[in-house]
Parts: sequence; structure tokens; C-alpha cells
Amino acid sequence: MDAQIKNQIKLSFLSVNENVGFARAAAAAFAAQVDLTLTEIDEIKVAVSEAVSNAVIHGYGLDKQKQNYIEVIMNLYQGKLEFIIIDYGKGIANIEEARQPSFSSDPERMGLGFVFMESFMDEIEVKSELQQGTTVRMAKHFVPITEH
Amino acid sequence: MLKVVTAMKQGVLVIKLEGELDVCGADNFRMTVDQALDETGAKNILLNMQAVSFIDSSGLGVILGRYKRINQLGGKLLVIHLEPQVQRIFELAGLMKIFTFYKSEEQALEQL
Repeated sequence: MDAQIKNQIKLSFLSVNENVGFARAAAAAFAAQVDLTLTEIDEIKVAVSEAVSNAVIHGYGLDKQKQNYIEVIMNLYQGKLEFIIIDYGKGIANIEEARQPSFSSDPERMGLGFVFMESFMDEIEVKSELQQGTTVRMAKHFVPITEH
Repeated sequence: MLKVVTAMKQGVLVIKLEGELDVCGADNFRMTVDQALDETGAKNILLNMQAVSFIDSSGLGVILGRYKRINQLGGKLLVIHLEPQVQRIFELAGLMKIFTFYKSEEQALEQL
């Protein structure tokens, strides 16, 4: 029962800063179909914003010449919202290190992206392969309202 | 979209933000504020966050970057009007200990 997808949205968009806001607004809209508090919706927005920002900034980085795409898959399960963010960029050499607080390749950045994702979501899983890309799968649990 | 409005008050660079402070807004914030700091030579910044509905680590990073810049000159970063969801992000990032927070612009300016 748990594995049954009740709703799904797939998005594919160019890796540009402007689309980060679109992705988190879409995530918030998708999350709004279940009974969550405003705080929980805000948490999803931050987590998705971080994952998509990472794909734009680090996944594809300076490679602005090509048309690079980011995919976001949003799944609704019984009691669980899942967000999968996929890029086909340069990948992460050391995932353990990248997930540490204050790890950042840029002094202007805080290295808190993964900290927020971990704090705000109930599940997070990162898969990455150099020169192949990175997939971040996150999920938030909720108590489903019993249907009468 | 992030709107950044700057003004000088009692020698303090007052920055009013409106909108979402993410990776997109961060670029706008950095350019506008750095230019204003260059032009005015202001040492202290008062940041009005009242109309900021969203912030993530990119937004925090760009604020921290400006703080590092003025801190080297002995300047302070004062923050007013944090919305609860934005305050939570500041808390989680440990920034409540670094910046000084006030309830109003008048109160903040008095403390300098």
C-alpha cells in the first residue's frame, strides 16, 4: 500500500537561477493537496529551494553555454510527500563531505543547504556520480486524514 | 523576485527588502548593497526584513557576506522585523548570535 503513488507531477526546466523560485512554488502547490501546516509547507519550500539551487550552482556550475536541464519529480503516497531533484551535471566527489555543515566551495555561501534539507525533511537520500549528475530524494511524512 | 531599496539615515545604510531572498534575489542584493556601500562609505547597515516572505541558504550567505565586509571596518549589521518563518531560518543558521536584532528602525538607530 505504501508504495502506491496517488499523485505525481514531473517538471523539467532549464538550469537558471530564475527557475529556483518556480520549483519551490510548484512544490508548495503540490504539498497543498494534503493537510499540512503553513510551517511544514515553508519547510518543503526551503528544502526544495536548496536542492534546486545546488543543482544550478554546483551541479551545472559555470557551464552556462549548454542548455542544462533539472528535473523535479513530486510524488504523493499515503502519508508521504516525496520530492526528487535530478541534475546531469558534474556530480559530487564526496557526498559525506558535502553534507557537512559549513562545507561550501564558495566563501559567499554558508554551506547550509544540506543542513536545511536534513532538518526540514524526514527522509533524504543523495546519489551522485562524477560527470553523470546528482539525484536528491527527500520526503516529508504527514498524518493522512481518514476518509469517511 | 526581490526588490532592494537603499537609503541613508544618520550615516547608516538602511536597506529595505521586499520579496524572496533566494539565489536570484541574492545576486540583486549583492550588487545593490555593494554599490551603495562603495558610494556612501557607510560602515553600519540596518536591514529591514519585514517584507521578506522567503529566505534560504543563498539569501543568508549574501547577508553574511555583507556583514563580513562591514565587520572588517568595525561596522555593525542591525536587523529589524523578521517574519517568523524567516527568523526560524536565521536561528537554525546560528545567525541570531552574530547580528543584532531590534523591533523598530528607531530603536535600532538609537543603539548605534
